[in-house]
Amino acid sequence: MKSKKNSFWEFFASVKLALFCFFTLAIASIAGTIIPQNKPYEFYLGKYGDALAEMFRLLDIPNMYNSWWFISLLSLFSINLIICSIERLPTVWKIVTMDNLATKVNRLEKMTPRVRFGTVQPKQEVVTQVEQTMKASGWKPTQGEREGGTLLFAQKTPWVRFGVYIVHSSILVIFLGAIIGILFGAKGSIMLREKGQVPFFYAFDTSERIPLGFDIRCDDFTLTYYDNGAPKEYRSELTVLENGQEVLKKAIVVNDPLDYKGYTFYQASYEAMNDFWITVQNQNTGARQLFLAQPGVEIKWREAGINFGIVNMLQPDRWGRYRLKIWFSDGKGEPSVFWLDGKTVVTVERPDAPFAFKSEQVFATGLQVAKDPGVWPVYIGCILMLVGLVVAFFLSHKRLWVYVYEEEGKTRILVAGSSNKNKVGFENMFNALVEKLEENESLQLSKV
Amino acid sequence: MDSSKLLGITTFIYMFSSMIYLIMFIFRIKKIGLLATVVTIIGVLVQTAGIGMRWLESYQMGIGHAPLSNMYESLVFFAWSIIILYLVVEFIYKNKIIGAFAVPFAFASMAYASLSTEFGKTITPLVPALQSNWLIAHVFTCFIGYAAFAVACGTGIMYLVKLLDKGDNPDSLLATLPSLKTIDDITHKVILFGFIWLSGGIISGAVWANSAWGTYWSWDPKETWSLITWFIYASALHARFTRGWGGKRIAWISIIGFLAVIFTYYGVNFLLSGLHSYGG
Ligand code: HEM
Repeated sequence: MKSKKNSFWEFFASVKLALFCFFTLAIASIAGTIIPQNKPYEFYLGKYGDALAEMFRLLDIPNMYNSWWFISLLSLFSINLIICSIERLPTVWKIVTMDNLATKVNRLEKMTPRVRFGTVQPKQEVVTQVEQTMKASGWKPTQGEREGGTLLFAQKTPWVRFGVYIVHSSILVIFLGAIIGILFGAKGSIMLREKGQVPFFYAFDTSERIPLGFDIRCDDFTLTYYDNGAPKEYRSELTVLENGQEVLKKAIVVNDPLDYKGYTFYQASYEAMNDFWITVQNQNTGARQLFLAQPGVEIKWREAGINFGIVNMLQPDRWGRYRLKIWFSDGKGEPSVFWLDGKTVVTVERPDAPFAFKSEQVFATGLQVAKDPGVWPVYIGCILMLVGLVVAFFLSHKRLWVYVYEEEGKTRILVAGSSNKNKVGFENMFNALVEKLEENESLQLSKV
Repeated sequence: MDSSKLLGITTFIYMFSSMIYLIMFIFRIKKIGLLATVVTIIGVLVQTAGIGMRWLESYQMGIGHAPLSNMYESLVFFAWSIIILYLVVEFIYKNKIIGAFAVPFAFASMAYASLSTEFGKTITPLVPALQSNWLIAHVFTCFIGYAAFAVACGTGIMYLVKLLDKGDNPDSLLATLPSLKTIDDITHKVILFGFIWLSGGIISGAVWANSAWGTYWSWDPKETWSLITWFIYASALHARFTRGWGGKRIAWISIIGFLAVIFTYYGVNFLLSGLHSYGG
């Protein structure tokens, strides 16, 4: 690593650059929320004048978050993260895997927290007792002979030192997912009338038709309201067809899309058409037929020998309730004219038979279509980030050394510890162990 | 007793407890500290009952949903989180003066929720886009994060106030504040806590957006502002961990960060346009 340590490398490894990135990304993002995005050039011309509008155009401000310089900034940020991690990981790796029994005794002398005891007990007995007390407190010591004494060492969760790197790599995983989405994903929409079926959708950015590789059909769209007139549910009954065969049926609502072969269909909008589905049934024969009716157009049902049509309509109210005035003739005597409400059945007595009428407004459902193979990497990155943050913030690497040696015919004990964070919590833990050592009667410790 | 009454009473209790904490601090009457804590606990119990009642009422109306679905309900939850978090800090650090800097935020939030005419306070049915468990997760996580940042802002202010203490008079008003080191430690820990919840809030929001619209990130102003807020706190963490920033600078960042939170939460709804027309 040393050979690469030139100023160029150091620049990319520096936290100063990270702070610079945070700052500029924040400022740029603020600009993007203040200057409306993705409007036509005339909009900026009208609002900001010639000079500014031209500058915006040059800097791609109207589509800022996808502009070359914003993407470059994100790239710089990623490179910074990668190089900074490459730079620091070896050190962290060394700390995690190092042989702590090789720690010099004069290093222990400088640690906080640290205490020293003396005792008249023989050294070997003390080592055994200390080891047992440590084990009883959940520390698992190893030991070795150092500088004439015995060193015991135990640590907890050394791997938490990698927590920060989990967080940092999670950001790269999220970026990777975003890039996969941009490269291999597709977004678009379709407006599909009830009973309509299409093998494609329209891309958002280019408005091109993109083939799905299968057909999607809307069998029915229903809109329900709360009592106060607010929309309660938009529901589309969708069918997926492969080579004319129905392969999947699902009713989608907002927040519950349909997935098929990498494509996801979201309920996004709807449009009420000025057409109506009208079901007519001869109550005597039971014969029934569904017609698509437009106001002012006469419809014939030859088999039943009848004609009918919508001659007038009252526009829907806030609950979507409309009324249709129906003209109906079976060629025998005066035609019937009557009002038909949405979804209620009206039965008309005719000389031959009673006929039942039912109507339903025709809707088109607006579906958003998305294919994004990058979503899973993004989600995995998000989970990694949360896990990494918890590890980095709330867990600490705790180390504990006990050095037992002889001095002036007495046995001495030096207890020292260190923790990479949460020093207060660690000190409490340290003191609890020291207390246990003091309480151990076969040690007979006294402070020196 | 219905939920709006209980929540109205809560506002008064928080006003009262803010006053006791302030009196305790300003007039150095240590004795009333216990009273302040008791009043605050009563307040949060009443508020919890109010929130629970509102939840129940929505089910009685046949439009049942968790009370986290509009501006009013989120402000109430914000105040609730601030108080819970503050009580935990008070318990851990055994210091009641922090209350003078934290509880007023909860009072302000409740007062704004009940007095503002900008948004409705009644229980309304959820429009289709809001009918998602991810919405609950999103609001819940975000507001716990925001509450933490409110408390950190309070302790940040406290730090700057404490800086005025020359240390020459042990009986002075400012000498009763915890040591600079302690305040700094609290601010830092609370920011760490808030940062995790804010991250969770941004993530749950992204998951929600993806399940509703098929796009987890669309640079909508509210999303962008939550990211800006996140950057501000991320820079605070880095400056602290790698450049040893602390004290005054972190105190200022905790204040600036909280202003960004307020803007994300409130300013964006009224000043910028976007998807989150949630408060309107
Ligand atoms: C938005 C992006 C980032 C996030 C969310 C993030 C998050 C974090 C977190 C949570 C910590 C741990 C603090 C602690 O130990 O408690 C940290 C530490 C650190 N970060 Fe970042 N970071 C980001 C970007 C960067 C970048 C671009 C760099 C590039 C230099 C960087 C360099 C560092 C360094 C050097 C540390 C200290 C590591 C140590 O303690 O050894 N971070 N970061």
